[in-house]
Amino acid sequence: MTLADATVTLSTDAAEGHTLSASGVHAWFGSHLVLEDINLVAEANTVTALIGPSGCGKSTFIRILNRTHELVPGAQMAGEVILNDEDIYGPSSRPTVVRRHIGMVFQKPNPFPAMTIAQNVLAGPKLNKIKVTDPDELVEVSLTRAGLWREVKDRLDKPGGSLSGGQQQRLCIARSLAVHPDVLLMDEPCSALDPTSTRRIEETIGELRDLITIVIVTHNMQQAERVADHVAFFLAEENEPGRIVEQGSTAKIFEDADDPRTSDYVHGVFG
Amino acid sequence: MTAVDTTATADDVRSAPPSPPSPRRLGGGRTERWVLLLSALSSFALVWVAYENLTPASGIVGFVLCWVVAFLATVWLAERELHGSTAATDQTMGLLIVLVGAAVVGTLATILGTVIVQGLKAMHLSFFSTTMAKTGPLSKATDGGAFHSIIGTFEQVGIATTISVPLSLATAVFLSEGRGRLVRPVRTVIDAMSGVPSIVAGLFIYAAWVLRFGFSGLAAGFALSILMLPTVTRTSEEVLRLVPSGLKEAGYALGSPRWRTTLFVVLPTARSGLVTAILLGVARAVGDTAALIATAAGFDSLNLNPFHGQQDSLPLFVYKQIRIGLVDSQTQRAWTGALVLLGIVLILFVLARIASSGQTVRLPRRRRSRTTQGAPE
Amino acid sequence: MTAAPTSVEPRLLLSAPTRGDRIFRGILSGSASLTMVILALIGLYLLSGALPELRADGLSFFTSFRWTELGPFGIGAVLYWTVTIALISLTIALPVSISLALAITQYASARVAAVLTILIDLLAALPSLIFGIWGLIFLQPRLVPVSEWLSQHLGFIPIFNVHGTNFKSSAFIAGVVSSLMIMPIITSIAREVFSRSPQGEVEAAYALGATRWSVIKTVVLPFGRGGIVGGAMLGLGRALGETIVVVLIVSPTFLISPRILESGANSVAALIALRIGEAHGIAVNALMAAGLTLFLVTLLVNMIASAIVSRSRSGAGVEL
Repeated sequence: MTLADATVTLSTDAAEGHTLSASGVHAWFGSHLVLEDINLVAEANTVTALIGPSGCGKSTFIRILNRTHELVPGAQMAGEVILNDEDIYGPSSRPTVVRRHIGMVFQKPNPFPAMTIAQNVLAGPKLNKIKVTDPDELVEVSLTRAGLWREVKDRLDKPGGSLSGGQQQRLCIARSLAVHPDVLLMDEPCSALDPTSTRRIEETIGELRDLITIVIVTHNMQQAERVADHVAFFLAEENEPGRIVEQGSTAKIFEDADDPRTSDYVHGVFG
Repeated sequence: MTAVDTTATADDVRSAPPSPPSPRRLGGGRTERWVLLLSALSSFALVWVAYENLTPASGIVGFVLCWVVAFLATVWLAERELHGSTAATDQTMGLLIVLVGAAVVGTLATILGTVIVQGLKAMHLSFFSTTMAKTGPLSKATDGGAFHSIIGTFEQVGIATTISVPLSLATAVFLSEGRGRLVRPVRTVIDAMSGVPSIVAGLFIYAAWVLRFGFSGLAAGFALSILMLPTVTRTSEEVLRLVPSGLKEAGYALGSPRWRTTLFVVLPTARSGLVTAILLGVARAVGDTAALIATAAGFDSLNLNPFHGQQDSLPLFVYKQIRIGLVDSQTQRAWTGALVLLGIVLILFVLARIASSGQTVRLPRRRRSRTTQGAPE
Repeated sequence: MTAAPTSVEPRLLLSAPTRGDRIFRGILSGSASLTMVILALIGLYLLSGALPELRADGLSFFTSFRWTELGPFGIGAVLYWTVTIALISLTIALPVSISLALAITQYASARVAAVLTILIDLLAALPSLIFGIWGLIFLQPRLVPVSEWLSQHLGFIPIFNVHGTNFKSSAFIAGVVSSLMIMPIITSIAREVFSRSPQGEVEAAYALGATRWSVIKTVVLPFGRGGIVGGAMLGLGRALGETIVVVLIVSPTFLISPRILESGANSVAALIALRIGEAHGIAVNALMAAGLTLFLVTLLVNMIASAIVSRSRSGAGVEL
């Protein structure tokens, strides 16, 4: 399965994991450098958390990982992002195919308002013109994986907007899962949600770890500690581009950080 | 409002403690009622004497105009005595603005009322089923009908809609995506087009089409589509801009190409707004007369074929009857046609409002109470 | 800040659009370009139709006052009356529109404002034919006494002077009726700019003890001046092209006079509407020339108006 390949198989078996690795990533908006030399490996079937204060380039970085960065006019990047031994920015790769392999969940839940719950889940295959042999099964599998099936199975034909915020976010996760991505990117998926819904999403993330590689941006230290295997701390000093100050296993970052700025940040001294 | 009111409220609260206090009325500083009343009466009397007796003029419109001027002047003078000239100007301008608003609403009501009352006089069922083929100047007002005109209007507006809606929506999507060198000139052209008088649109089709292929409903459809195009495009563009960009991004993040995201996410999301845009465009086309004079050209009997030969339409029917207007029956028939036209426009207007109030683009709100989600352990 | 320490160059992002996207993009820009082509075609067809007449009569087409079966033709008086009627309607509509916009944004409660807005939208949606028939049969008899009164008491002013006793079918009456039709557009533009007047300055003025009217005079109106001017020009453009109301109400004349209350006026649009049906030969070309003139004038007025309006909006997103 290559990134240039326009067709995609929708096998439902849990494939072997996929490692996503970024090396030497820089990012610009116009001529303004916002990220410098980011090197990060998201190992297969792990959860990688990106933490750091606002404006340090975490969101920009995560958007580079599935080529949504370039949708912003004037956005540029350098470096490589490798998935399945291929550079997703390589000459033969196509953004739409890349994005299908690397799904994304956004800060605010954004189910498509003109579609029902089931249609929302099936939106990915529909938008990609992929024939689904058993749509009902795909809806059930995706919603189950997102931990939403039991709550909505009796109202699949209701609009997606009729759900609560937390349910909407899990619907968006199900929508991303329905195209069977190798990697799922989550950009502060809980920042618009209440604590109970947040907890529920975190459980979902824990269950998904076996199926998929996850990269999550979060402002919530406890959340990073709870869900992540690997943590990368981003920081942008004044008038400097964002850089990774330190990265490592969750235990290391939270209990035994090398850099004093890291321990200050994770223990709430600043940020 | 006055000091007396305030103390009364305070007393009420004290004597009836369990009832929650009603909110106090804020405001004040308005002209006292008696000033308004006295001013109205005195100015009425003044104008009565001056307008009716001192000058040999008549007519309700002039009388009311003079009365309003005199009334405002009286209020200003009274207020100046009571509160000074700054307050007087403030009150007088406020009154003037309220009166102007009332006058415009009243005028609209008069227009609608006149059309309805006059139109009903010669309204009859066969108006919708007969043509003017056998009706002459000596026929009664209830003879003949506008069947052929209504058919023509539907065909012509149908053609115009078929042409202009796809074109307008495509242009609106193009503009709302807001990229490329073409956006600015296209927006200027759409602005310019919305100001093209309909008679000019008709004359253009006359020059480009009718001179070669003759009058037809099709030519009228062309002319009307030129009128619809800017209306539908601008309103649609406005609606499309309201679609949150997050939805588009979500589509792209699923690996969808832009065009599929636009067709399956953006357009359905803006659906009801787009319906409003189209209905407003249709309403504009339905009532237009000037574009049809040199294209459809009007006809007294039924012509079902919009591709060949002169055709009538409801506006042309009214226009012709009122223009001849030799005898009362023709004028009456014009009113009836105008009423039908008004009815169609009103229906379209109301439908457009209903559609726009059903916008699907809304922020998530209203928690669905109890959910089965796992309680925190 | 700009990549000073690094020597890394941005990568060339090869986000070549898919074939579907290219086709889609092509359809969109094709449709958008088609609108430009249509506008250009309108100008070109009218120009080619007008050329024979413009060659025959030259500049005197615009300056002379005559219209015969087979020429020569001149639309001097017609242009004069077109502008006169448009100015009369603007003179009435502008203050009314401003005051309506103030009523909606500054005086009325939210509910009343919403109702007023709907009613004004409805006024805008009514076909000009409805205004025409109402103006001709209902309003005209009620306006004639006003005309008489004006000419009796203000007749020393040339525009209010009247020769004879026919007060019907005048430029004044046509202007009053078409003022109703341009009111909605001016009101909606004015309403938009008024509702954007800077809240801080408004509150500062109130805090100084200003009355509502002085806040309007010192903050709201000056802030909205651009929008008012732009809206007025948009209204002027509409009035210049108004056809049916003028056709139904005025009795056509090819002579110039300053007496707006007197029977007799004209307009380019009305001229075309009345004559296109039975015109032949060079007369058709003359009507094309008249149409071209109207097209160019309204285009110019509208472009200026849109420019003023969009500048007064200072780049805000929503177009009207």
